Amino acid sequence: MRTIQQTFARLKSEQRGALMPYLMVGYPELHSLEEYALALQDAGADLFEIGVPFSDPLADGATIQRASEVALQNGVNVGFAIASVATLRKQGVHVPLVMMGYYNPFLQYGLARFAQDAAAAGVSGVIVPDLPPEEAGPFQQVLKLQGIDFIMFLAPTTPDARIKQIVSVASGFVYCVSLTGVTGARSELWDGLAGFIQRARSFTDLPLVVGFGISTPNHVRTVAQCADGAIVASALINIIDKTPAGERTTKLVEYMQSLRPNI
Amino acid sequence: MTNHTERPGMFGPYGGSYIPETLAPSVAHLIAAYAAVKDDKSFWDELAALQASFIGRPTALTHAKRLTAQCGGAQIYLKREDLAHTGAHKINNALGQGLLAKRMGKKRIIAETGAGQHGVATASVCALLGMECVVYMGVDDIERQKPNVFRMRLMGAEVRGVTSGSRTLKDAINEAMRDWVSNPDSYYLLGSALGPHPYPTMVRDFQSIIGCEAHYQIIAAAGRLPDLIIACVGGGSNSIGMFHSFLEYPGIKMRGVEAGGRSITLGNHAARFEGGSKGVLQGSYTYILQNSDGQISSTHSISAGLDYAAIGPEHAMLHDQGRVSYVSIDDEQALDGFQALSKLEGIIPALESAHAIADAMRVAPTMAPDQIILVNLSGRGDKDIFSVADVLGVSL
Repeated sequence: MRTIQQTFARLKSEQRGALMPYLMVGYPELHSLEEYALALQDAGADLFEIGVPFSDPLADGATIQRASEVALQNGVNVGFAIASVATLRKQGVHVPLVMMGYYNPFLQYGLARFAQDAAAAGVSGVIVPDLPPEEAGPFQQVLKLQGIDFIMFLAPTTPDARIKQIVSVASGFVYCVSLTGVTGARSELWDGLAGFIQRARSFTDLPLVVGFGISTPNHVRTVAQCADGAIVASALINIIDKTPAGERTTKLVEYMQSLRPNI
Repeated sequence: MTNHTERPGMFGPYGGSYIPETLAPSVAHLIAAYAAVKDDKSFWDELAALQASFIGRPTALTHAKRLTAQCGGAQIYLKREDLAHTGAHKINNALGQGLLAKRMGKKRIIAETGAGQHGVATASVCALLGMECVVYMGVDDIERQKPNVFRMRLMGAEVRGVTSGSRTLKDAINEAMRDWVSNPDSYYLLGSALGPHPYPTMVRDFQSIIGCEAHYQIIAAAGRLPDLIIACVGGGSNSIGMFHSFLEYPGIKMRGVEAGGRSITLGNHAARFEGGSKGVLQGSYTYILQNSDGQISSTHSISAGLDYAAIGPEHAMLHDQGRVSYVSIDDEQALDGFQALSKLEGIIPALESAHAIADAMRVAPTMAPDQIILVNLSGRGDKDIFSVADVLGVSL
């Protein structure tokens, strides 16, 4: 099992960017993640973002909102998400697994308890979209004790002084939001993206990974030119939605393979 | 009392600013803009002038003599926020924030609404100040508050139906925040004393005019301060606005009335203190209704304005301090209060405010006739006549 730091170091030496698919635990079926992850790793996933559903995902667009509702109906909770990660590790998924979820479910699970259980299961990092650095202290601390990276966000709206402050307490990588908006596949990338990443780059050597709105090989290629990795989320959910149950793994793998050469 | 907090926006352990990074700069800008006007006399002068000429302040204080006689006990006085322009206390905050938005150079206003009162108030203020207005409203609330939807549209607002989640206030806030994340140059005019800092403080400040007026009015009318103050609590803006001026008087008891809904099982009410626990929702750490996995529970109340899973963080602190008692009134009791006030006083209250009336009717008989209950009648019930007629089996 590789750490986030080791993964980006290796990618750098190979002069490649990271491809990071997002899969939501329990979507579309309770055990779907365990069907898809290993195949996607073989198809070139360098890290995974593992989504934990929340009833009120206010930074997410319609695609992830709907997936969250389905996953919750399927009975997913934080404990189940941790157990799923443990299963992936047993299956041989060795790339970093970064859990992404809103704060309240982690808070109710217990922050210290989560950090312990997540570390034991093989979680490498945690992303919490509604936990800005001002509020992140308690969670970040207990995660750090367990060697789990707390991933910080930068947005196009983040001013320089704040970027400086955020990267000074960030670890693992920095999640750069590619646009001013919520998650969801879009036809075009924001044309200010390269400038924004350059601005962030001037303040940190941490890997900069771009997410939100990335769906095509072209998008991935554009991101690769300025950043260290790309996150693909809603586009994968859209593929799952339009593919019959038996063919989903194949379609997801084909899609990953179409992106891979571009980064 | 609220000043002894660790950092701005905290009420004891409650409050804070749990927001996506994209919004952090907009929120920081808002904090700075509000701090700037707080000590700017010209801002408050402009607001005071419009409070008088546009809202019609001060609103009256009414001695509800027949209701008092019927209950047999304490004297019941009503602070008449139902007489404020657009029919509820919501306009106090909408006007304050609208003026602030104008000063910040904002051209587009986003708002959420539950009962529709905040949406109507915001639409009215946007028309007054010449700003674009988009209001998010759950489709279930649109159904039960049709008159308010039409009012908003008449005043030029765009009303966007929200079909996600429970299709009520909570989901309207999610959608409004998504709009704000996508349009950080817009001004989010949040309607209650909740959400991330600075909203709980700022909304309270704009609503505290209610308590300030009631303070001198009750002394003028009754010769002394009240023994008990009662207000309904959804997000908590009318109640905090009423309570705030009186918090420094330890002899004055206060009751916040939550929606007991159909029953006190999860999903059937909106009584956050009785049935909820601590957690984070939509920007604040406070008491929320949730399941054991930390997923937000659905809520129910006959009144759309109280039908919300979280309570403003200052109320969470006042609850823990024991300064304010929080109780609940169920749908049926609220309907009794609604009809009693209509028949006895000729005042049709909003279903939200009817919860406070029903609690006053419950408590007054246990008090002496020389004691005083001050009730915040937060809004008028014209918007509710269709849903009440429906429940009563009357076709209009």
